[in-house]
Amino acid sequence: MIPSSFSYQRAGSVEEALSLVSEHGDDAKFLAGGHSLLPLMKLRLAAPEVLIDLGGLHDLSYVNDEGPYVAIGALTRHHDVEHSDVLARQVPLLAYAAGLVGDPQIRHRGTIGGSVVHADPASDLPAVLLALDATLVARGTDGTREIPIGEFFQGLFETVLEPDELLTEIRVPKPASGAWSFQKFTQRAIDWAIVGCAVQDGHVALVNMGGTPLRAAATEAALAGGASPADAAAHAAEGTSAADDIRATKAYREHLARVLVSRALTEASSRS
Amino acid sequence: MKVDLTVNGKNITADIEDRMLLVHFLRDVADLTATNVGCDTTSCGACTVLLDGESVKSCTVLAGQAGGHEITTLEGLAANGEMHPVQRAFHTEHGLQCGFCTPGMVMAIVSLLKENPHPTEEQVRTGLEGNLCRCTGYHNIVRAALAAADAEKVTS
Repeated sequence: MIPSSFSYQRAGSVEEALSLVSEHGDDAKFLAGGHSLLPLMKLRLAAPEVLIDLGGLHDLSYVNDEGPYVAIGALTRHHDVEHSDVLARQVPLLAYAAGLVGDPQIRHRGTIGGSVVHADPASDLPAVLLALDATLVARGTDGTREIPIGEFFQGLFETVLEPDELLTEIRVPKPASGAWSFQKFTQRAIDWAIVGCAVQDGHVALVNMGGTPLRAAATEAALAGGASPADAAAHAAEGTSAADDIRATKAYREHLARVLVSRALTEASSRS
Repeated sequence: MKVDLTVNGKNITADIEDRMLLVHFLRDVADLTATNVGCDTTSCGACTVLLDGESVKSCTVLAGQAGGHEITTLEGLAANGEMHPVQRAFHTEHGLQCGFCTPGMVMAIVSLLKENPHPTEEQVRTGLEGNLCRCTGYHNIVRAALAAADAEKVTS
C-alpha cells in the first residue's frame, strides 16, 4: 500500500516547522515517528498534501528532572521513555506503560508527543498522562501556551491544538506516592488495548472507553469517600461511552473496565 | 525529491517520489531483496531492518525519513564471507521453515541482543512480539536467538 502523493519537507528547527505549517495551513501535517500517521496514509484515510518531518528536531527529545515535575520533549521516543532513569525513579507508571506500546520496532520510532496529539482513545499513553495530570506545552506562531491534559482531548482524533501549533513538551508532576498501576487487555500481543486502565494515587484513567481517554470519575469519588478498591471499581463504567465494534461489545468493555480497575487499584495499593 | 542515505555501509543518492517507503527503496532502488513486504501494516515484522543500529519496520518509514541515516539489511550482516553469529545460529538451530519471516527475525534479534546481550528466554519471546512466523516455527527461532547470545560474538 502506498500513500497518496504529497510533498515531503524536513524541518530543521521548531521555528522552521511553524513557518512551514503556517505557509501550507490545513493541507499540511506534522510527521514525528509516523507510526500512527503513515498507516492511516497508506490506507488513504489521511491524505495530507504536505508532510513536515520533525525527525531532525533532536532538541525536542529529552527527559529532564525539573524539581516538582519531569519535562519530556515531545519527540522523545517510547523506547527512550521506557528506559529513562529519571522516569523509572520519579514516574514509574509512565516508563512501564511506554514499554508496553506496540512492539520494540514501533517503540524505536513512535514518540510520546505523536501519540498524544494523534488522540486515539485506544492508545495507552494519553490515558496514562491523564491519570498523571500532565500539562502540555504547545508552540504556535503567536507564542507558547500550557494546556492541562484534562482540557486537551475533544473527541476521536481531535484536540484543542490549532493547525499551526506544535506540541513541544509534556510536563508530568511528580506523583505523591508510589501507588500506581497500568493494566492493558489485548487479544494479541501487539494490539491496541480493548480496554486499559492507569492508576496513580487516587486518579483512575481509562483507555478505549469512549471517544477520548477518560477519568473514571465515579470510581475516583468512591475512593475519595473511603470505598474499598473492589467497591470503587464497581463504578468504573459509569459515565463512559464504550464502542461496540469487531473486537468487543460495549457490555464486554464495561465488564473489562470494572475488572481492570479493580486489579489496578489492588496493585496500586499494594505498592503504596 | 533527492534522498541520500547509507545502506550496508554504501552511500546511495537517488531521485525518488516523496511518498516512497523505505522498504520499496531497499528492494527497488538499492536492489536488496532480502527485506520482505509481509503484512504492510506494521504488524508482521518481515520488513525489519536496522536504522542507526535499531530495529524498525521499513514498511512504516518513508525513504525520505531515512535520509542522512544508516540502514542495515540482512545483506549487510555477513562480514568477509563469514555469517553473522545470529545467521549462523539460525543455521545450526534450524530457525526457519519457509524462510519468509527470517530476514526480519534475524534483524530484530540483532537489535534485541545489542540492547540486551544476555536475554532470558522470556525476554527473547517478548522482544520478538513484533515479528510473526506463519509457519509457527517460534521454538527454534527463540533457540537460535539464545544460541547467538551464548556465542557472545554479536558485534554489530
